[in-house]
Parts: sequence; structure tokens; C-alpha cells
Amino acid sequence: MYDFEKIYQPKTIEQALKLKAEHPEALILAGGSDILIKTRSGKLAGSTVISIYGLDELRGVCIEDDGTILIRPLTSFSHITANPIIAKYIPVLGEAVDQVGGPQIRNIGTIGGNICNGVTSADSASTLKAYDAVLEIASVDGIRILPYAEFNLGPGKVDLHPNEILTGIRIPKDSYENTYGQYIKYSQRNAMDIATLGCSVNVRLSADCKTVERLRIAFGVAAPTPIRALSAEKAATGAQVNESLMETVASNAILDVNPRTSWRASKEFRMQLISELSRRATRAAVEKAGGKF
Amino acid sequence: MDKQKITFTLNHEKREEYIDPRASLSEVLRGEFSLTSVKHGCNVGECGACTVLIDGETFNSCIYLAIWADGKDVLTLEGLSDVNGNISDIQQAFIDEGAIQCGFCTPGFIMSSLPIIESPRTFTRDEIRKQISGNFCRCTGYETIVNAIEKTANSRHKAK
Ligand SMILES: Cc1cc2nc3c(=O)[nH]c(=O)nc-3n(C[C@H](O)[C@H](O)[C@H](O)COP(=O)(O)OP(=O)(O)OC[C@H]3O[C@@H](n4cnc5c(N)ncnc54)[C@H](O)[C@@H]3O)c2cc1C
Ligand code: FES
Ligand code: FES
Repeated sequence: MYDFEKIYQPKTIEQALKLKAEHPEALILAGGSDILIKTRSGKLAGSTVISIYGLDELRGVCIEDDGTILIRPLTSFSHITANPIIAKYIPVLGEAVDQVGGPQIRNIGTIGGNICNGVTSADSASTLKAYDAVLEIASVDGIRILPYAEFNLGPGKVDLHPNEILTGIRIPKDSYENTYGQYIKYSQRNAMDIATLGCSVNVRLSADCKTVERLRIAFGVAAPTPIRALSAEKAATGAQVNESLMETVASNAILDVNPRTSWRASKEFRMQLISELSRRATRAAVEKAGGKF
Repeated sequence: MDKQKITFTLNHEKREEYIDPRASLSEVLRGEFSLTSVKHGCNVGECGACTVLIDGETFNSCIYLAIWADGKDVLTLEGLSDVNGNISDIQQAFIDEGAIQCGFCTPGFIMSSLPIIESPRTFTRDEIRKQISGNFCRCTGYETIVNAIEKTANSRHKAK
């Protein structure tokens, strides 16, 4: 038996928002693969929860009229990977979340829960950052649109007010169009382990595939929150596709990060990973885009 | 807490049950329905011993609230036998291949293998390993488990 003080089960988003306004201290329970674990361990025992898992209107992926990809927050990792829109336009996101935990966790874990828990190791976070995701956050007062870039306030802390629920994750067309991406998760095991370091790169090359028009790079576990490496992106813009590109990206990426020592790895080892994964992910993304070295 | 009614399909039969909304599905399956193939190993989503299929996908029933099963189709290992209680080909293959030692992990592995053996496409051994990577076995060393799944998948494909 889970030690909940109370559990609410809204049938609609409106009911959920109303409950959240009336019970600001209550936790939103999506797939529960963070909250139920912490309830068992005692950390969150005795909480009041609002289960939104049954709200199918918050599931699925679609393309809006202007080409924006809209991902509803309750979409499970396995449904993201299997989704034809994701597979066609941002396959790297499907590949990234296919590295979460194991199959059962990918069937229950939601992409919304993955970014709302605010942890730096979240496997979807770096790719969503690198694609300028924009969040739709709802409350009884209406809808607020917030760039995902501004969402993480600190480890485990996100910009969600006590009466708010995440209701959408959008990726604009000009961000994903004609891009090719690569996510690399470095972890101690191939499955059922969180990232020691995660790196997500996507590139758009010139028509002749010889110049980098745009490069995006973001990391998990390279700082207390998932972050983009803006110096690396700037340095790579307009660069020629050749062997020195990897060095440009890697040497600038290390200026943007601030990793810590944890039981999984030392700060020094993480710096090494940041540099090495930057190179490997850049090379792979450029090759997918048709670039040759 | 007040009990709540859920209606769901369990091992091919429509069921109704009044349950505590704080209960995990694994507690309800073991406690109310005596389906003891569903094991409690870690109880926190790490070991896969409690794996069941819900609408055809694998879930750790220990971290799945029983109330969420309302309206769903739940399958446990018990649902694999035929009406006379004969075990299925995948269960027989686990026995034949020596994929069972203490047996605690076995129901979970077999449930995790269903999406592979029921798939129209062929899985490589690496793909099989990935599909069972949320299940832990402390005894067998996994090779015999992969063998049993591969063998069953192959023989089902041949039969088609
Ligand atoms: C065995 C195991 C292995 C794991 N491995 C990985 C891994 O490899 N990589 C990884 O990234 N994660 C991993 N996780 C963590 C977890 O599965 C993910 O973070 C998952 O995305 C959490 O989503 P959820 O819906 O299940 O979480 P929940 O516990 O329901 O929610 C997580 C947090 O987000 C909040 N929340 C959820 N949805 C919303 C919403 N729509 N609006 C507002 N707040 C919301 C909740 O209140 C809670 O604080 C693992 C977990 C387990 C148990
Ligand atoms: S008992 Fe459910 S995963 Fe271990
Ligand atoms: S046979 Fe003993 S845990 Fe797998």
C-alpha cells in the first residue's frame, strides 16, 4: 500500500487544475516512476497526490498547422520512440528516451515527468533543450508559455507554480527542420542506470554539406541542471565540415559546463566525457546530415 | 481510505473488484486474486519480478496503481496456460533450456518475452537482451533465458 494522505483522480484537465488550485501542496502523479519510488522509500510518504495518469487528453504527439510538433506530457517514453512524427522529424528524441531505464520503465515513465522532476540526468532533457522546446503550463488562471531554457531553476527545482500543471511541450518547425541529431548517454551499465553524462547534438548543414549552418549542443549531468553549451554553438556556426570541427565544439563546450563529483564519477572524469562525447556526437550528427570528414 | 470499484479484464475474463486506491496492482493481483506468479522482489521498479502485460505492454505492477487498471486488459503468467491448465510453449522452453534455477524471476522474464515472441518480426539476440533488460536474474547468467526466448520465437515463426 502506498502511503498517501489522500489521492484525487480528476477525470478532466479542468478538474485537475481546479484540484491543484484547491490543494497547492498536492503532488501531481503522472507515471509515478519518481513519486511512487520516493513514497516507498519514505521521502514523500504521507503526501496528497493528484493522479493525472488517466487523462488521455494529455497523451500523444501531433503536428500543428504551422509545423510545430506538440508532445503531450503524459506520452510514455516508448510511445515517443514509436511515434511516426518523432521518428520522421526528431528521431534523436526517440533514440534518447529509448535509453531510459528498461522496457517497463519506458512504458510507464512520461516525458512530462522527466522534465518536471528537474533532475540533470533526465534523458529527454538535453535533446529538448537543444531543440528550443517551449512549454505550455496551465492553471485555473489560464495558460502560460515558457521556453524550456528558462524552466530549470536549480537541482530538482523547476518554474512550476503550486497551482500549475505542464500540459504541452512544443518544438518549433524552424528549430527541427532539416536537422540531424545524435544523443550519447554514458552510463555504467547499458540499461537500468542513469546517465553519468548525456550529450545531445543536432546540426543543419549548408546545401553542399560543407558548412555548418547551425549546431546545437546540450548536456545532462554537466551542471546541476540540464544545460545548453552556447559558446560551443556559437563557435561552430559557419564552421567548415572538417576534422577541426570536433575540436572547436569540444574545446568550447568545456567552457560552458560546471560538472560535480558524485559517487558515479569525479568532476575530472566528467570533464573528459564532456569533451569526448561532444566530439563523438558532433561527428555522428554531421555524418547523418550528409557531411563527410 | 474508501474502497473504489474497478472493472477490468484479467487473464481474458471481465472482473470487478473493490480496491483501496493506495494499492499497487501487484498487491491486488496477489492479494485479491491469488495470482502469485506476480512476485514482489524490489517493489520499486528495479527488478521486473512483478512484470505483467497491460494492454499488451510490459509494466512493473509494483509501481502501477491498481486504480489505473480500470478499463484495461491485464495479463499475468497464469493467463498463458490453456483451459486444461497446460503450460504454453514459452514456459516449456524455459524448462527445456534450463532457463530456470530458483524460479523467482521466471514469471517476470516470460511476461517480458511476450512482445518478442508475439511480434511478426525477428529479434536479434541483442534485441532480446534489450527487451529483457528490466528483469534481473541472480541465478542463470541470462544466456539460457535468451536461448529459451529465441527458440520459442523461431518455432512460432516457423509455424506461421
Ligand atoms: C528503475 C528506474 C530507472 C530509471 N531510469 C531512468 C533513466 O535511465 N533516465 C531517466 O531520465 N530517468 C530514469 N528514471 C526516472 C523516471 O522514470 C523518469 O524521470 C520519468 O520520466 C518520470 O516520469 P513519471 O511520469 O513516471 O514520474 P512521476 O513520478 O509521476 O512525476 C515526476 C515529477 O514530475 C512531476 N510531474 C509529472 N508530470 C507533471 C505534469 N504534467 N505537470 C506538472 N508536474 C508533473 C511530478 O509531480 C513529479 O515531481 C528511472 C526510474 C526508475 C524507477
Ligand atoms: S518487484 Fe516490481 S520491479 Fe521489482
Ligand atoms: S532463476 Fe533465480 S533469479 Fe532467475
